[in-house]
Amino acid sequence: MKESVLFERVILGSTEEAKDIILQLVNLSAYFCESRIVKNINLAIEKNKVTSIMGPSGCGKTTLIRCINRMHEMSPGGTTKGEILLYGKDINNMNAIEVRKKIGMVFQRPNPFPTMTIYENVIAGFILNGIRLPKNIMDEIVEDSLSKAALWDEVKHNLGKRGIYLSGGQQQRLCIARALAMKPDVLLLDEPTSALDPKATAKIEELIVQLKESVTILIVTHNIAQAARVSDNTAFLYLGELVEYEPTKKLFTIPRDKRTEEYLTGKYG
Amino acid sequence: MSDVLIKKRILKDHLAKLIILAISIIVVVPLVLILGYLIINGLASINLDFITNIPKPVGETGGGILNAILGSGIIILTALILFVPLGIGGGIYVSEFSDTLLSRILRLSIDVLQGTPSIVIGIFTWVICVVPMGRFSALSGSLALGVMVLPIVLKSTEETLKLIPMELREAATALGVPYYRVVLKVVVPAGLKGIASGVLLGTTRISGETAPLLFTAFGNPYMSFNILKPMSSLPLVIYVYATSPYDEWHKLAWGASLILILLVFGINMAARIFFSRRDGR
Amino acid sequence: MNNEVIIDKIFKGSLRAVGLVLLGIPLLLLGVMFFYSLPSIKAFGFRFIVGQTWDPVKGMYGGLPFLVGTLLTSLIALVISFPFSFSTALLLSEYLEGGILANMLKSAIELLAGIPSVIYGFWGLIVLVPLLRKLEMTMGIPPYGVSIFGASIILSIMIIPYASTMSREVMRLVPGDIKEAAYSLGGTHWEVIKRVVIPTSRSGIFAGILLALGRALGETMAVTMIIGNKNQLTFNVFEPGNTMASVIANEFTEASDTLYLSSLIELGLLLFVVTAIINFLGRKIIERYEIKGDDGALLNE
Repeated sequence: MKESVLFERVILGSTEEAKDIILQLVNLSAYFCESRIVKNINLAIEKNKVTSIMGPSGCGKTTLIRCINRMHEMSPGGTTKGEILLYGKDINNMNAIEVRKKIGMVFQRPNPFPTMTIYENVIAGFILNGIRLPKNIMDEIVEDSLSKAALWDEVKHNLGKRGIYLSGGQQQRLCIARALAMKPDVLLLDEPTSALDPKATAKIEELIVQLKESVTILIVTHNIAQAARVSDNTAFLYLGELVEYEPTKKLFTIPRDKRTEEYLTGKYG
Repeated sequence: MSDVLIKKRILKDHLAKLIILAISIIVVVPLVLILGYLIINGLASINLDFITNIPKPVGETGGGILNAILGSGIIILTALILFVPLGIGGGIYVSEFSDTLLSRILRLSIDVLQGTPSIVIGIFTWVICVVPMGRFSALSGSLALGVMVLPIVLKSTEETLKLIPMELREAATALGVPYYRVVLKVVVPAGLKGIASGVLLGTTRISGETAPLLFTAFGNPYMSFNILKPMSSLPLVIYVYATSPYDEWHKLAWGASLILILLVFGINMAARIFFSRRDGR
Repeated sequence: MNNEVIIDKIFKGSLRAVGLVLLGIPLLLLGVMFFYSLPSIKAFGFRFIVGQTWDPVKGMYGGLPFLVGTLLTSLIALVISFPFSFSTALLLSEYLEGGILANMLKSAIELLAGIPSVIYGFWGLIVLVPLLRKLEMTMGIPPYGVSIFGASIILSIMIIPYASTMSREVMRLVPGDIKEAAYSLGGTHWEVIKRVVIPTSRSGIFAGILLALGRALGETMAVTMIIGNKNQLTFNVFEPGNTMASVIANEFTEASDTLYLSSLIELGLLLFVVTAIINFLGRKIIERYEIKGDDGALLNE
C-alpha cells in the first residue's frame, strides 16, 4: 500500500502505464559532517532507461549518485539518511561490497589502473576480488564488455598494452567496459564526459543510448544538452533538493517549476 | 640615484655571487680528498685473497675480510626481514588512518626514534637482547639496525601512499572490491617503487652503521653463520683495524672501507634510479 | 560474502596492532634506559651532571666533562659548517638553475651524507690528525693531534649535507611573486636575497641548524676515533676530550660493575632526551613549510 502511493508521488505525470522500477530513493538525505548536501530526495528509476540528473555545480548531484553505490560513506564525514531500494531491498542493509558489484560506477576523469594492461583493466573487478576464471571465460567477458563499450575494434590487437596509453575517450570507454564486466544491474555515470573533447563526448553519448538495452543507466551531468540527448527521464536538482522529475521530453518542453525553466534558459550558468 | 652608487651596488652583487660560489666549491674538497684516499689506498689492498679469506692472526701478513662481508650481509638482511614488514605496515596505517590519535602519536614517536643517536639504540638493544641472551649476537645487531631502518621505511611508505591518486582507490572500490584488497592490490602496488626505494635508502643508511653494533654483534675474527653468536661486519672491522697501531691492519681497513663505500653508494644509486622513475607511474 | 567483511575487520585490526607495536618501541627504549639509569640516578642525583670526576676505580661518576665535550664539538662544528651549508643552499636555490655545476654540487652533498661515520673517523685519524699535529707544533702548543678541535672539523664536514639540504628546500619555497616584486623595485640579485629570501626563510634555516645539531650531538664513531678519549674536563679545544657518545662507545663493554654501567646508560639517556627535544623543535618549525619532493628524501634518512 505504502509503495503504490510512493509510485504515484515520484513518477510524476505518468500514471497511464505501469512502470518497471529498478531503483527507488526514499527520503534520501546525504551529509558531510553536519551540513546536509542532499535533501529528502524521492526518486524512482526505471529499468533499462537512461535517467539523467542535472543541475548547477554544487547542487549535490555527484553526492547523490555516490550514495547509490555507497561510495559517499567512504568520504570523510559522509553519512546518509533514508532508503535506497534496489528491487525493493534497501542497499544500506546489504553488504557495501555486494552493492558495488550490482551498481557499477564510472567517474569524471578516466581512471584505468595504470599498472594493468587493457585486458586486465576490463577484468580488474575479478582480479582484485581474487576471483579466478578459466581463460576462455575471461576472454569472452573481455570481448563482450569491450564490444558493449564500443572499444573492441580499436583495441583488439593491443589488449596487452597498458590502459593508460589510450586516448582520454578510449580510457573512459575502457572504464565503462570495466564496470560492465561485473554485469551490474545499474550503471552510474558521474559526468563521464567532463574531461573529454567534443568528439570523444559524442562517442560516449552514442554508447550510453546503446547500452540501456542491457543495463539501467543513471548519469549525472551539468550539460543540459547532454541530458536532452541521451536520457529518457531527467531529474533537476537545485541546492540539494529535487525540483522536478519528468520524462526528458516533457521537462525540456514544458517545465513545471520556475527554477527549472530558469536553469534551462541559462540563468544559473 | 647617482651612477656611482648603482655601479657600487652592481659590484657588490657580483662580489656576493663570487664569494658564495667560492665557498660552495670548497665543500667538494673534503669529499675529493676522502674518496681519493679511499680509492688509492683501497685499491692497493684489495685483491682476490682479500675478499676470499678470513683474517690472519696478529703478526702474520695477508688475510682477508670475507667473514666481515658475509657478516654484514647476514646482519643487514636479518634486520630488513624483521623490520621492513613492520615499517611498511606502520606506513600503511598512518597513511590510511591519518587522523586517528594513534597515527598522530605514532608519527611523533617515529620522528623521535629517527633522531635517536645510534649509540643509544645500541644500548637499548644490548638491554633487550644481549642481557637476556647472556651473550653478544648477530641477532641483537640486526635488532639495532632494524630499529634504525624502521623510521625510514615507515616514512617513505607513508609519503608514497599519500601520493596515490584517490581516483584509483575509488575505481577499485566501485567495482565492489573489499577494503583490504583495495589497499593490498591497488594502493600498495601503485606505491611499490617508492616503498622499494625507501627500503634501499634505509639499507644504505644502516650498512655503514658501527656504533649500534659495538656491543651487540660485537665482531668475530672467524667465519660464523650463526645469528645467535657474535658476528663480524664491515664497519666493525674497519673500526678495529683503523684504530690499531699496525700499518698492515691499516691496509686492511682501507680495503674494507673501499668495499663498504662501494656497497653503500651502489645501493644508493639503485635507489635514486628508482626514485627518478617514480613519477612515470 | 560475510567472509570479506570479517577479513576487512581483521586487516584493519592488524594494521592497528602494528601501529601499537611500533609506538611501543620508543616507549620501551625510554623505559629501559631509565630503569637501567636508576642506580646512577640514586647514587649521584644532580651531581651526575655537575660532577667533574669520572673515575671507575673510585666509583665516582660525574658527567660534566662529557657534557662540555659534546657541546664544544657540536657548537664548533656548527660554526665551521654554517658558511658552507648556507652558501651551497643559496647557490643551489638562487643562483644555479640546474646545469652541470649544480648537479655536481648536489651529488657531492649527497655523497658526503652517504659516507659512513667510521670512514670519516678513519680518514680523520690518518690524514687530518697528523696535519693538526704539525699545526700545533708550529703554534707551539702540545701536539696531541687527536683533540676536540679535530673531532669538530670532521663533524662539521659530516653535518653540512643536513643543514644545506634543509635550507635549500626552505629557500626554494620563497614565493616567486614577492621576489619579483623586489626586483621590480630595482633590487639587485644580492639585495633580493638579502632583503627577501633570507628573511623569509630564516626560521627554516634555523630549523636546519637544529637538525644538524641533533646529528652532531649524537654522532659517535668519527668523534670517538679522533677526539682522544680523555675523561678530563677541559675547555681547551686543542686538548683531547670525550663526548657523551664517545665515552659510551669506548667504555661500555669494559664496564664491569652495575654503577659504572648505569652511569654510562644515564649518559645515553641524557643524550637521548636532549637530541629528542632538539629534533622535535626542528621538525615543528619545518612542518610549517611542508617540504615535499625528491630532495626531501635526504632529510628522511
